[in-house]
Amino acid sequence: MSTTVSELKAKGVPFVNNEPSKVTYLNHENTVASWLLTLDHKRIGVMYLISMTFMFLLGGIFAGIIRAELITPKGDMLSSDFYNKTFTAHGVIMVFFVLIPAVPASLGNFIMPLMLGAKDVAFPRLNLMSWYLYVIGAVFTLLAMLLGGVDTGWTFYTPLSSTYSNGNVMVVAAGLFILGFSSILTGLNFIVTIHRMRAPGLTWFRLPLFVWALYATSIIQLLGTPVIAITLSLLGLERVLGVGIFDPRLGGDPILFQHLFWFYSHPAVYIMILPPLGVASELVTTFSRKPIFGYQMIAGSSLAIAIFSFIVWAHHMFTSGISPYAAMFFSLLTFSVAIPSGIKVFTWLGTMWRGSIVNDSPMWFAYGFIGLFTIGGLTGLFLSTLGTDIHLHDTYFVVAHFHYVMVGGAIVGLMGGLHFWWPKMFGRMYNEPLAKLSAFFVFAGFNLTFFPQFLLGYLGMPRRYHEYPAEMQVMNVFSTAGALVLGLGYIMPMIYLTYAAFWGPKASKNPWGATTLDWTATDSPPTPHNFEGQPVVTEEPYHYKSTENKEHALAH
Amino acid sequence: MWDFPIFPKQASTVASSVDNLTLFILSYNVLITAGVFVCLIFCAVYFRQRHKDEVGEQTHGGLLLEISWAVIPTIICLVTFWWGVKVYAELVVPPADATDVYVVGRQWMWKTQYPTGHKEINTLHVPLGKPVKLTITSEDVLHSFWIPAFRVKADAVPGRYTTLWFEATVPGEHRLFCTEYCGTEHSRMIGKVVVHDEADYQKWLTEEAEFGDALQGRKLFTKLQCVTCHAGESQAKAPILEELYMKRVPIGFDKGSPTAPGTSVLVDENYLRESIRYPSAKIVAGWQHPSIMPAYDESLVSEDDLFQVIAYIKSLRRGQTPPRIEATTQPRALGAPQGK
Repeated sequence: MSTTVSELKAKGVPFVNNEPSKVTYLNHENTVASWLLTLDHKRIGVMYLISMTFMFLLGGIFAGIIRAELITPKGDMLSSDFYNKTFTAHGVIMVFFVLIPAVPASLGNFIMPLMLGAKDVAFPRLNLMSWYLYVIGAVFTLLAMLLGGVDTGWTFYTPLSSTYSNGNVMVVAAGLFILGFSSILTGLNFIVTIHRMRAPGLTWFRLPLFVWALYATSIIQLLGTPVIAITLSLLGLERVLGVGIFDPRLGGDPILFQHLFWFYSHPAVYIMILPPLGVASELVTTFSRKPIFGYQMIAGSSLAIAIFSFIVWAHHMFTSGISPYAAMFFSLLTFSVAIPSGIKVFTWLGTMWRGSIVNDSPMWFAYGFIGLFTIGGLTGLFLSTLGTDIHLHDTYFVVAHFHYVMVGGAIVGLMGGLHFWWPKMFGRMYNEPLAKLSAFFVFAGFNLTFFPQFLLGYLGMPRRYHEYPAEMQVMNVFSTAGALVLGLGYIMPMIYLTYAAFWGPKASKNPWGATTLDWTATDSPPTPHNFEGQPVVTEEPYHYKSTENKEHALAH
Repeated sequence: MWDFPIFPKQASTVASSVDNLTLFILSYNVLITAGVFVCLIFCAVYFRQRHKDEVGEQTHGGLLLEISWAVIPTIICLVTFWWGVKVYAELVVPPADATDVYVVGRQWMWKTQYPTGHKEINTLHVPLGKPVKLTITSEDVLHSFWIPAFRVKADAVPGRYTTLWFEATVPGEHRLFCTEYCGTEHSRMIGKVVVHDEADYQKWLTEEAEFGDALQGRKLFTKLQCVTCHAGESQAKAPILEELYMKRVPIGFDKGSPTAPGTSVLVDENYLRESIRYPSAKIVAGWQHPSIMPAYDESLVSEDDLFQVIAYIKSLRRGQTPPRIEATTQPRALGAPQGK
């Protein structure tokens, strides 16, 4: 049997910390103002986590409504207009308010300075401002939904969005414009922090891989996000002032919008998935108790993905009438992203091989992540291949593919990271069997929801359809049933993790035996200024010593 | 309940090419996924920690492995890419003898126009075993024209033409969908493709035929005053349009021209369309810039009419342009009754 946290406790390993409570970032000030005006990266990380969870619940409710409507082929529950507004709200909320900030803004904010041995990020005030921009962006978006919603889809394709849509397009666009700056400032903050605030001895190739992933992500946030801000501004110029940019009636070009939109929104996919890839690297090496296989390949592949992500955007436009030569060029470039993604999966397996694997719940989420990311990545090859994409473009096959990557990847990765760092963030342990059950429900429910959608797409079900042909009902019913299981898998951790944060058994400084500074040099939860004195790094990360030696090392 | 389809029928000549490529990608997808899952489960069980102080083998990688799992996927990707391009070439290059059908998308219907000049809504009649080329545009927002059984799809883009072609191999009705989200009734912008065998198709054509597209276009050519300048005379004020279709023409040197001097352009449907809607966009060498021709926007010529004007220009042979005063020359329209 593998050793679980509860067994470690039973064996008397000092897993549970019985010292009297100390001053931590959580208890040193307790007013509401001390949270809302905090400059502490840890509190800002927690505030991001709370606001994102709220948005995730909203987006999840919209997803539930969509799946309920699709149980029957006829549109008998909602009007078409309401259905369209629902999937638009689901897409906008999940993409911009959950997936893009998911890991960097919450776990990244909390953990990255700890990993660097820094007291905070480089610009703490900017960091707080980023959170307020996020909240203001969210308020605008939710306001638009209260005012009657938007029915353009999250892609805002022109000229539907600029001329024809009857919704509150400009209110949402304003919200996303503001939100974009939150993302840009976080990226800027992280790049400066990683360059300037590493502990003595923490050279670039001694950085934990999660930091490398965040660094690659920040480059995309900084360089890509201004383009969506410009695109939304141009959309506003056309919609409000009638300047012809995208609408052919005004002399514009609707395809131009797609180029601009995807120039940001394809790299944005990697903003969503690169940080969870970094989380997975941390989980796999820590729980295999073995150095990561090919450190430089993993760090390099993160940067490679970030760079390649900027030159593949037109693979969203193969049927839009772009030149066939451009289509071939972008198809070839798209395959170049497959290689570093594959390398990551293989290096995780290489790390596990001959490891000494502790099958605790964060590792269960890591298994789910690797499995779903593998399927999501491989099915992307049907869409980068020209001959098959023409048939599959804008169908449920695409819906299934990007949910495998974004939900199976980004959200499951986030959940793994939360279970891993929860004892660090709140100093308390959660219920381990419940966590494993949640990991199982998420994996099983996810596959039941989205696997049938691959078949539906190939069979001929277009995306964003309120009604569909009767012969496609059975697989839609499977999909909705899966969504119920998946929802259960999401709601469980919201409850037991929240309970644990307040009332769980206290966790020791380094319950998983990890090697990076966030575990070895800080308390659980950390003190307001993270470290007593300046930690110094003397070797590469991920050198695991036997647990007894580790406890010995911690004793003095 | 359990006899639902999981794979679409193959009803065009390209369908099996697309499906073979799908099966190729699927086969290695299944192999790699199975490999990853088996390896994960094996490691989780066989390499599990057996005592609490145990650590894994303290190694950091292996160059040979790392190179091989970069190089082998690269080769697989290149093969897939190349196969994809070959199938794509089949999908996008129509045979020269394809029958033209024009398609206009609008919120929320598909309008189809045949060489014979008549129009239908949400229905496309095509002959069995004959290549058909669709020229597609939109009157309002983006749409996308998809026939799953044929494995073909092209977006309908306002302001320009896109094309797709197919050769149906199964008679009967096939589903037709709009796959680009286009507003409230998007999921009802559906229709059917009816594939007739040759005899039925001819019967249907003659029953339905009214006037040829080109013949209608010829009337518009006069009505819209095109003939005033594009006359087939030596003193014409604009380029002569006879036998111009699918020729390359040089583009002018004028400073104001947005196009680089010395380039040429292929006179296809898109160029003809652009030159009618925005006459100054690309001026043929030797002609004045900006153009003296008025811009024929939607208020002057609808998308449906524009298809007919272009059909007429495509049909023009040497000496067929009418003089400024109406004469009696007839265009040669496909399937249209000659004379009136």
